Amino acid sequence: MNLHEYQAKQIFSRYGIPIPRGRVAANPAEAKQIAEELGGKVVVKSQVLVGGRGKAGGIRLAKSSQEAEELATLILGMEIKGLPVRKVLVDEAVSIEKEIYLGITNDRSSRKPVLMASAEGGVDIEEVAARSPDKIIKILIDPLLGLREYQSRDVAVSIDLPKPFWRSFISLAEALWRVYRETDATLVEINPLVITNDQRLLALDGKMSIDDNALFRHADLAEKRDLDVEAPAEIEARKYGLSYIKLDGEIGCMVNGAGLAMATMDIIKLYGGYPANFLDIGGGAGADKVAAALRIILSDTNVKAVLINIFGGITRCDEVARGILAAIGEVQPNVPMVVRLVGTNAEEGRRLLADAQLITAETLVEAAQKSVRVARGGAA
Amino acid sequence: MSILINKHSRVVVQGITGHEGSFHAQQMITYGTNVVAGVTPGKGGEWVLDGKVPVFDSVKVAVEATGANVSVIFVPARFAADAIFEAADSGVPLIFCITEGIPVQDMMTVRAYLDQKGVRLVGPNCPGALTPGEAKVGIIPGNIAIPGDIGVVSRSGTLTYEVLYALKLHGMGSSTCVGIGGDPVNGTSFIDALSLFEADPYTERVILIGEIGGSDEEKAAEYISRHMTKPVVAFIAGQTAPPGKRMGHAGAIIEGGSGTAADKIKALNNAGVRVARHPEEIPALLRS
Repeated sequence: MNLHEYQAKQIFSRYGIPIPRGRVAANPAEAKQIAEELGGKVVVKSQVLVGGRGKAGGIRLAKSSQEAEELATLILGMEIKGLPVRKVLVDEAVSIEKEIYLGITNDRSSRKPVLMASAEGGVDIEEVAARSPDKIIKILIDPLLGLREYQSRDVAVSIDLPKPFWRSFISLAEALWRVYRETDATLVEINPLVITNDQRLLALDGKMSIDDNALFRHADLAEKRDLDVEAPAEIEARKYGLSYIKLDGEIGCMVNGAGLAMATMDIIKLYGGYPANFLDIGGGAGADKVAAALRIILSDTNVKAVLINIFGGITRCDEVARGILAAIGEVQPNVPMVVRLVGTNAEEGRRLLADAQLITAETLVEAAQKSVRVARGGAA
Repeated sequence: MSILINKHSRVVVQGITGHEGSFHAQQMITYGTNVVAGVTPGKGGEWVLDGKVPVFDSVKVAVEATGANVSVIFVPARFAADAIFEAADSGVPLIFCITEGIPVQDMMTVRAYLDQKGVRLVGPNCPGALTPGEAKVGIIPGNIAIPGDIGVVSRSGTLTYEVLYALKLHGMGSSTCVGIGGDPVNGTSFIDALSLFEADPYTERVILIGEIGGSDEEKAAEYISRHMTKPVVAFIAGQTAPPGKRMGHAGAIIEGGSGTAADKIKALNNAGVRVARHPEEIPALLRS
C-alpha cells in the first residue's frame, strides 16, 4: 500500500527529518490561505499515487498566493494517468543548490534491507539505475544490527557530500531507517533530498510503501489507504478475503491457489483465449466465498465464459459446488461456465452440479480448450 | 528414499490446538507421520487427537521430552516470526512454516538469525513436504502422490498438487515433494532443494515449479548448469501476469521489468532445462 507524498513527509517530520513548511489543501481557497501563510512563493503539488506528476503538469510553482489559488483550481480539476487529483500539497518554494537521492527498500535477492543513495537526485532513480548503475551507492543492512553510523558516513563520502553536511546526513539516514523499520515499509524514499541555498538538508519529496501483511500492527497507516488506485471489484474482493486482479480478456477464472490460478490463466492463452482476471479463492473457501467470487467475475462485462478450476486439498470440492449453485441462483449468469473439480470430495461436488447447466472437464487442457471454444460462441 | 523428511522424522506441531493445526496434525498422523508433540502456550499437560499427542507450553520442553527433530508451524501470521525463533532456539534443526501473511521485515530478521544458527527453515507461506509412503509435514494431500524417483520443488501449493496428480495418473512417483513458499523472503531456496535432490541417491530426476517475481529461478538455472547431473524439468507460472501487480502470493510480482516468466524460462532453457508449456505436459517431458 502506497502513501501520498504529504503523508510520507508528515511521518518523516515526526522522526526528525527536515521537510519544507507546508500543508495539504482540498480546495483552491485553502491553497490560497496556506500560500499566504508561507509568504506567497510556493509549490503546488498534486497528490496522486502515480509517478511522473511533474511531467503531467501536476507540480507548479506559484509566485503569489493569488497564483497559488489559480494553480490549485487547475490542478484539482486534473486527472493524472486516470487518477483524479483530490488534494494538493502547498509547500514553501526553496532555492536549491544540490539534489541527492536517498532511499531504503527490501533487497529481495540478499534478503536484507538496502540503503540506496545517489549524487544524481531529483530524477527517476530507475532511469539512473538503467543509464549509469555506478552512480547509485548500495549498502546492505544487517536486520539484526540495523543501519550503523559508519555505513551512513561511507555513503556521504561516496556521493561527494560536502563535509559540513556529514553529521546532519548521518542523523537523517538514521531517522529514515527508523521510519522504514517502525512502519514496516517496503520502501522509504527521499527524492530529492536537497541542499538549499541557505545550506540546509531538506526532504523536498517523500514516498512510502507499506507492507500489506504488516498492516495489522499499523491501524493508523491502514486507514490512509487510497481506494482511487484500486478497481471497485478489487476492493469488493478484498472484503471477502479473495485475491482478484482484473485483466483485459474474455474468460473469467476462479481458481484455488495463486500458482494454479496463474497456470490456469496461462493455459487459456496457450489455447488461444485470454483471461479476464486473476482470482484466487484461497484455501478452504466455503460456499459464500465462492458465490462472492462468481459475482465479482461476472460483474466484468467483457466476460464471455467462466472457467472454474478447483484442485481440492484443504478446499473441499463439494463446498465449492454448493457455492457455485448458490451463486448461479443469485446472479443468473448468462455466459457458459466450464467447471473442473479434482481432489477432495470431487465426486460429491460433480454430483451436486450434475443438474446445473454446466460444462465439465477432467483435465486442465480439456478445461482450457472448452472455455476458449464456448467463449467464442461455439459448442464445448 | 527422500530429502528433509522420512518415516523416522519426529514432528512437533506448533499451534496444534488451533483450527488448522489440529486438522492437519490429524492428517499427518493418518498418513503415518510420527507426530510426537504439540505446542500451545497455556495448554501444556493436555493430550489431543484422541489422547495420542501430548501438548507442551514451549517447543524447548516438547523437544526435551519427546526428541522431536522437525517442527511445523501453524500459528497466525502475527505470532509466526516468534514461533520460528522459538523453534530455532529449541534445538530442532528443521522448521516448516505453513503460515501465510508474515510481514516481510519479520522474515528478513528471521532469516538473518537462522543463518547464524545454522537452522533450516522451509517456507513460510508453503504447503510443507511430502515423502510419499513415509511421511508428510504440512498440508499436501497425501493421496495425490505415489513413491518414486522424482524430486519436486515448488513455490506454489495447489499447482504442485496438480503436478503430483498428473504424475500419479501416468504411474510416476516422487521421492520427496517440497514447497518452498510464495513469499519474497523465505528459508530454503530452489538451490538448497536442488542440491539436496542432487545428493539424494533415490532421486533420479527433478521437477522445478516456479513463478513470476524475484530471481530465484534464474539463480537455480545457473546452479543447474554448473552443478546438477540429474535432469531437471520445469514449469513457470505467470506468463499472462501483468507487471506491477501482486498475483496472490506476496512474492509473485513483476517489479521494474524484472522477474518475468519469459526471463525465467529463457534462463532455464539456456541451462538445458526443458520447460513445460502447461502442468499436464510435465510427465511427457520426463519420459522423452
